[in-house]
Parts: sequence; structure tokens; C-alpha cells
Amino acid sequence: MKGALRTLIVFAGLILILAITLALFGLDVGAALSTIWNGAVGSKAGIARSLVRATPLIFTGLGMVVAWRAGMYNIGGEGQYVMGGLASATLALVVRSWAPAIATPALLVGGALGGALFAAFAGWLHVKRGVQVVISTILLNFVAIEFLKFCVRGPLQKSSGGIFQTEALPNTLMLQRFDRQTDFHSGFFLALIVVVIVAIYLYRTKSGFQMRFSGANPDAARASRFEPGKKQILAMAISGGLCGLAGAVDYTGLIGFVGDGFSQDWGFLAIPVALLGNLNPVGAAGAAVYFGGLFAGCEVLQRSEPIGDTIVPLIQGVAVLGVVGMQRWLENRTNQSKGAD
Amino acid sequence: MEILLNILRFSAPVSLAAMGETVGQKSGLINIGLEGMMLTAAYVSVEVATRSGNAWLGLLSGVLAAVVMGLVQALFTIKWAIDQVVIGTAINLAAIGLTSTLFEANYGGAGKLLDAPSLLIAGKYDVILILLIPFFLAVTWALFRTNWGLALRATGEYPDAAEAAGFSAQGLRYQAQLIGAIFAGLAGVYLSLGIASSFAINMTAGRGFVAIAMVTFGRWKPLWVLGASLLVGFAESLQYLLQSTSSGLPPQLFKAIPYLLALAVLIVVGRGTVAPASLAVPYRRSK
Repeated sequence: MKGALRTLIVFAGLILILAITLALFGLDVGAALSTIWNGAVGSKAGIARSLVRATPLIFTGLGMVVAWRAGMYNIGGEGQYVMGGLASATLALVVRSWAPAIATPALLVGGALGGALFAAFAGWLHVKRGVQVVISTILLNFVAIEFLKFCVRGPLQKSSGGIFQTEALPNTLMLQRFDRQTDFHSGFFLALIVVVIVAIYLYRTKSGFQMRFSGANPDAARASRFEPGKKQILAMAISGGLCGLAGAVDYTGLIGFVGDGFSQDWGFLAIPVALLGNLNPVGAAGAAVYFGGLFAGCEVLQRSEPIGDTIVPLIQGVAVLGVVGMQRWLENRTNQSKGAD
Repeated sequence: MEILLNILRFSAPVSLAAMGETVGQKSGLINIGLEGMMLTAAYVSVEVATRSGNAWLGLLSGVLAAVVMGLVQALFTIKWAIDQVVIGTAINLAAIGLTSTLFEANYGGAGKLLDAPSLLIAGKYDVILILLIPFFLAVTWALFRTNWGLALRATGEYPDAAEAAGFSAQGLRYQAQLIGAIFAGLAGVYLSLGIASSFAINMTAGRGFVAIAMVTFGRWKPLWVLGASLLVGFAESLQYLLQSTSSGLPPQLFKAIPYLLALAVLIVVGRGTVAPASLAVPYRRSK
């Protein structure tokens, strides 16, 4: 009941912030909201666009949920997404002659592994060498972006055309599409399955419980005779794996190649998605779909107005401040009423 | 000499931001929102300078904008003791969203090269660059040679001790936050108004995060932090130098070197005892 109430308040708050933002930029709020709404869910193309935008956000949002729950401030989702896409594109050189039923899953697993190893390194540095994850993942983001630029200009560059991108993935190896007119692909359904898996792992397994416990109270974890460090490295690996999978899904489902512009900030935007979803897998998925829709709607808004999807991060930032501020206010009120007894 | 000046100019934004961040981290605050404060200051200063035709007014409003953001952040992280990483991330998101939207609304989606008035005062020197080294000396002196600095550092290690000595831990953190925001503002202003005379969407391009890394790289000592920041400026200029002489080495390697180097230092030094013990830990006075 409390969770449902929170969801309702957050959702209403998000709409309110959107409306105020539109008004502050001088737009007719009613007309702009209806344009965004129609752009996001008003047609088959709109719904497809919303879900395609939401897909990478679901994966990366889940990644942030797992890491932050374990007390690991993974800010490196972007680098892990890029490394996932790169690992998948590299693997594609090997598996392109294989049967699609084996090759495509292999590409997804490869992407997840690429992101997982990259993030696990940061986790290992934290546990073994005392390097804060916040700092190391920030640094590794820069390294990943430069590595991407290097790869698409060198070892992975398409042999013809002189453009900075990898060879296009054969259509047979792409994720399934259901409609000729839209980009909607089966990656969205994979994302939904992963939401369930992550939720079961975190709330219904011993390992998941220990991981959450390590984040909530590392000293108590040590006292309960399990090493929080191991769980934290594992949390980073899973988190990076999910971000890497996001990169691989965008590569095999939507884009079909990895190029200079591959980094679209999905790993960075995942942080507010996870926070607004209350660091809960289902909540994060909900927030991802909301922001996917907002992205899609604002892209349509941009066709007729001078402002567009750049307002999405603004809304996310203000919403995070609003939500954590509200939570603290409620806590203080509860504490005060307890103190008065 | 010309090359040295260029290195100094390239590294000035990161140096300035890192200096403010050093003060903040010494008091126990990690400012993940540094990037957003720089970006906002960069935008506001160019906008005001272009419209008013006065670079100094631009400088002032840019710094003021960063200070306002810093105070909003302090409200959440210091007064309400909410997680600093969460709030900093939110500040960054709001800043990138706000500046991009305003810039696109004012100058169109493709952006536009503005021609803001210049900050130069003596030939090719400008006031921020001239003051860079004195700023660092002043910060070093204030942090390590005054009672205020001692209390501030104590707040970053063990806030209860600072409180017991009669200082207000929260008060000191507010002061550190203010100093950090002013320097973040100067850094952003220098990037846009000082170097480019224009603004571009997301023009800070991660420099705020680089500055945070440089504080760690410089082991929380202002002059070492300056040295680390200059090294990054050097690597950046090296990349252009080598690009023009076509050495055969990939230029991306040179862009990645500062980050790899910073990471390597952190790995080698490991769990240093020099990091402030209460870094990123909110302080709440026990009753």
C-alpha cells in the first residue's frame, strides 16, 4: 500500500514537473502535453518509438539498481554500455557465419560479458585497492569512449566507405522485428524477462539477500560471517553485465553497427531511472518506460516547437531532488512525532 | 613559453574546479554536481556577456549561477544530510537539461557560434589565468596554515572533534561548499567566455568529473592537484601536437592517458590514509 502510494505521488509529481517546465519555456501547456502524449502513445509508431527508447533504459536502470543496492555507486553505466556494444560487435566478426539461432544469443552474451568484466574491474579496485567506485567508474567512462573511437577508426572499422563505424550486422542476425514500419524489436521482451529475473534474484535468493545486506550494512554483513567485498564485486559484474547487455541489444536490435555516436547516455540516464524507481527492479522498469515515452513524445514536440527532448534530463534531475527531499521530510516528520511521545 | 601558456590555458578550467573540489573534499563533501555547476556557469556567463556586451558582467553572473546551484545542493546534502552522490547526479542532469534546452530555444537546434566579449586585459593574458597560481597558494595557506583550515580538515576526518572544539561542522561545510561553487563557476566561465568566447551544448564534456579525479590523483594536496591538472592539460596539448606531426600513434591513446594515469596512481597508492575519513558521509549533530 505504501509502495503504491509512493508510485502514485512520484507519477503525479513527474507530470506536474513536466507541465511546469513546459510553462516556464513559454509553451501552451495543454497543447504541448497533448502533443507529447500523442507522440508517445497516440499511434502504433509512437508506442513503438516509446518502447524502443525504454528498452536500453530498462537494462541500464536494472544495472544501477543492483549496484546501488550493494552500496556500489556505479556511475560507469555509459562506459559499460559502450564496452558491451564493442564486445558484441567484435564477436560478430567470428559468429557471422554461424546459424542465427546460436549466433544472436552469443552476441548478447558476449555484450553482457564485456560490460561485466569492465565493471567488475572497478569493483575489484574498490574492494582490493580501496579505489572508490564513484571515481574509478568516472575514469573508466572516459577510457571506454576513447577506446570506442579508436576501434571504429582502426581494428573494427568497416572496410569500405571510410566512415567511422563497424561492418553492418547481417539482417539474419538482428533481433526479431514484428512490423515493417517501426523499429520495435524483441529486445523489449527480453528486457521484461530480465526485470523478473533480477527481482527474483534480489528478493528471493540467498545471494541476492546478502548483496542487499552488504549495501545496507557492511559491518553487520561481516559479523554474519560473509565477506561483503565478494558480493560487491559480484554486484558490479551483474550491473556492468546488464549495461553491456543494453549495448548489445541496441546493436543487434536497433542500430546494426557500432559507430562514433554509439554512446547515447543511456548508462548515465539510468541513474535517475533507478532512483525514481526506488532502487526496485519493477519500479525502475516503470520509470524507464515513462522516460522512454517522454523521449519519444518530446521528439515529436520538437518538430513544432523550439524545445525538445533536452528537457528530459532536466525533469529527471528536478524529480530526483523532489523525491529524495520528500522522503527526508516524511522521515523527519515521523521522527518528530516519535520524539513527542 | 607560448606552449607553456597554452598548457596553462588548457588546464585552467580543470585546475580551478579541482582546487574548489579539494577544499570541499577536505571538509567531507564530494561534489558530483561539479560538472553541472561548471556547465551552468559557462552558459550563463556567455549569455549575459553577449547580451550586455560586458565580459565582467558575464563573469560575475556565471559565478553567481554556480553559487546558487551550490547553495541548492548544500540545502539537500548538508542541511538535510541526503546522499551526496544522488544529489550531485540530479544537479548534473538538471544542468545539462536546462542549458541545452535554453541554448537550443535561443539559438536553434544546430547551435551557433557566438562572439562574446573577451576577458583579456593585458595582451594575451586574462585575469583568471593571472590569478590561477596565487589562488592555489592562497588555498594551500588557508587549508594548512590557519585555524579555520585545521577545523575544516577536522570536519572532513572526524566532524565530532571539530564540534567539540567549538566549531560548527555544518557551518564549515557550508563555507567549503561556497568556495567550491565559486571555483566551479570560475572554471565554467573560463571554459566558455575565457577560451571559446562562445557556448556549445555539453561543452564541459566531462571536465568536472576529471577535476574530481584530479583531487584524488593529487592526494588532496592543492599544489599536487595543480600539478595533476597541468599534466592533463599537457596530455591534451600533446594530442594536438602529435596529430599534426602524424606519429602513427592513435590520438585517442593520448586522450585516454590522463585517465589511465590517474587510475594507475590510485591503484598503486591503494587504500591511502590521506583520503578524508568522512568523505561523502553526511553529518548530523547528535543531540
